[in-house]
Amino acid sequence: MKIRAQIGMVLNLDKCIGCHTCSVTCKNVWTSREGMEYAWFNNVETKPGIGYPKDWENQNRWKGGWTRKKSGDIEPRMGAKWRILANIFANPDLPEIDDYYEPFTFDYEHLQTAGESQTMPTARPRSLITGERMEKIEWGPNWEEILGGEFSKRSQDYNFEGVEKQIYGEFENTFMMYLPRLCEHCLNPSCVAACPSGAIYKREEDGIVLIDQEKCRGWRMCVSGCPYKKIYYNWSSGKSEKCIFCYPRIEAGEPTVCSETCVGRIRYLGVVLYDADRIKEAASVEDEHDLYEAQLGIFLDPNDPDVIAQARADMVPDAWLEAATRSPIWKLAMEWKVAFPLHPEYRTLPMVWYVPPLSPIQSAAEAGKIGIDNEMPDVRSLRIPIRYLANLLTAGKEEPVAQALERMLAMRGYMRAKTVDGVIDIGIAKKVGLTPGQVEDMYQLMAIANYEDRFVIPTSHRETSEDAYDIRGGCGFSFGNQCSGGTSKTNLFSTTPRKSVRTPTELIK
Amino acid sequence: MDSYIHILIFGYYPYVALIVLLVGSIVRYDREPYTWRSGSSQLLRRKQLIAGSVLFHVGVLIVFFGHLVGLLTPIEVFDMMGISHGFKQLAAIIVGGIAGVMALIGATLLLHRRLFDSRIRATSSFSDTAVLVLLYLQLLLGLATILISVDHLDGEEMVRFMEWSQGIFTFQSGTADIIKDVHWIFKLHLFLGLTIFLIFPFTRLVHMFSVPVRYLWRPGYQITRTKQKTRTAA
Repeated sequence: MKIRAQIGMVLNLDKCIGCHTCSVTCKNVWTSREGMEYAWFNNVETKPGIGYPKDWENQNRWKGGWTRKKSGDIEPRMGAKWRILANIFANPDLPEIDDYYEPFTFDYEHLQTAGESQTMPTARPRSLITGERMEKIEWGPNWEEILGGEFSKRSQDYNFEGVEKQIYGEFENTFMMYLPRLCEHCLNPSCVAACPSGAIYKREEDGIVLIDQEKCRGWRMCVSGCPYKKIYYNWSSGKSEKCIFCYPRIEAGEPTVCSETCVGRIRYLGVVLYDADRIKEAASVEDEHDLYEAQLGIFLDPNDPDVIAQARADMVPDAWLEAATRSPIWKLAMEWKVAFPLHPEYRTLPMVWYVPPLSPIQSAAEAGKIGIDNEMPDVRSLRIPIRYLANLLTAGKEEPVAQALERMLAMRGYMRAKTVDGVIDIGIAKKVGLTPGQVEDMYQLMAIANYEDRFVIPTSHRETSEDAYDIRGGCGFSFGNQCSGGTSKTNLFSTTPRKSVRTPTELIK
Repeated sequence: MDSYIHILIFGYYPYVALIVLLVGSIVRYDREPYTWRSGSSQLLRRKQLIAGSVLFHVGVLIVFFGHLVGLLTPIEVFDMMGISHGFKQLAAIIVGGIAGVMALIGATLLLHRRLFDSRIRATSSFSDTAVLVLLYLQLLLGLATILISVDHLDGEEMVRFMEWSQGIFTFQSGTADIIKDVHWIFKLHLFLGLTIFLIFPFTRLVHMFSVPVRYLWRPGYQITRTKQKTRTAA
């Protein structure tokens, strides 16, 4: 057993209102740069839909993630190492920028400078790649927002597999949900496996997966390797970039920008302890339906004295062990089993998990009946088909998702009985295999969702690896070599000149 | 050609070009690792890239290693193996010719794409376009030398080029004189080749040094890093 810690994330889709605050704040902080205009480290998709980039869940097309060979071993779906290397001159599985969208801006200046005319001046779109006029914007970030576009296109969504999807095209039966997506910081990342340069790595201390920008050569195999399509090739720098899980904030014990700014308070961050020696075993189980449970199987109980002793031996700091016992991720994923990994069938063992959304009862008559009896409705009568959620979260296995939804309904029923009728309904808790205490904990964490309960992030212990005296006066985060801000006007190595920092007074001049 | 300029170009220029190649690459690798990349534009436009890039790279690699082995292996090795000079030249013409044409077709596709595709043109730096034009010219010149070589298939001129390039690497005096009387197309081909060496560190060509063959025998698939240097010692 080799114990490592990871900061995991859970998103409660039941509370996501699709406001895109996470996407926008993330973009403003990390990807508002040339070459990355099209990239959203965090984006929110309306499901059902083909998503961003188009059709990303179709791994027959993009070849992301792992496949299990007959021998029982797993290898990247793109192929063995020699196969990946053979595609280095041109990667046949690489999306084109139009699969995301061609980034654009508008001629805002025209609104101020246009001469007098009979009609209002308009700001027409302009490509951010070529700088040329775009007559028509064909696709954009979140083009399918709130069921935009026709059903025939949206229903190409891969999660409709095994669902009689035709009836969901009818207005009366339609359903939708939001799916915020970011890098999964997988335990078994296929981007790392596909990188020929060895530039991508997972940090042992907190599990964050990063791309060494100085080691990346832009062979762009990771873009295909990642089944979530969460690695973006920066066409300007020629390097691949990805969500960095706001590691400077995480190291300081602060939540990621997307989590911090989430107005719906749907995001949770906390420590998960796992057995690094069993990653391959968990990722290689034969039946895809077992992958979710296999991943649960390598998470370790932070209250187990043996686990604590071994974790100490493996250099996990005590503050992290203490945080692990209060981890909201542990409670949601392991204790109450209401959170699930996104597409475990990719065999990457993702670490950003999702609480499935409840949805209205399909029949109004049934809803009335339920109100009277205070009984639990059948989760199969919910508007979002269980199979659809199961395809998204458990490789098609419906029982765990159904149980999670039942537990969430039971929590509502229990709290309704308690606050409206003043009755402690032990029966309803028992029915879903929980104690009243657990239901109230669930309510506290999922409904009230206080800041300090959502984010239990221990600071990283850099003092054990760095001498603060050596790095005094350092430059922090900078592009290029250490403190050089790129003030030189000459440019030997064929890069675009870096913008030097300008003071406000210089700007006024 | 004026003998002074001849000696300058074929006696001294090779050293200038090779030193700039070597030192420039080391400095760039050390000081500006963020700029060290292949510079793929496949994301922006897939059209013409798949066929163009594969043909170009495979062709150029064959030509490059053909030159490397053909020019720098001492002629005695070939004599010992019983390979006649004429046969070696013929083999070079055939293999190099086929690979050269492949590379030229690929380069044509890539150059057309770079100059006439609005996305690629807008995002190309001067050096991206310049290096492709230079390589294109070099391919044309290289293929043109075949037309001259077929007139004298005894391989003697080829041996002179071998002596010249080996003379450069072994610091012989008077090396430039060996190729004094060759056809001007050969001289231009050599000069352009040396010039490509010279500009190498300042262009995307540096990605040649980073061919990730190490990947093939990298143990396992996963890579982790830790900040705790004392993980085992503690």
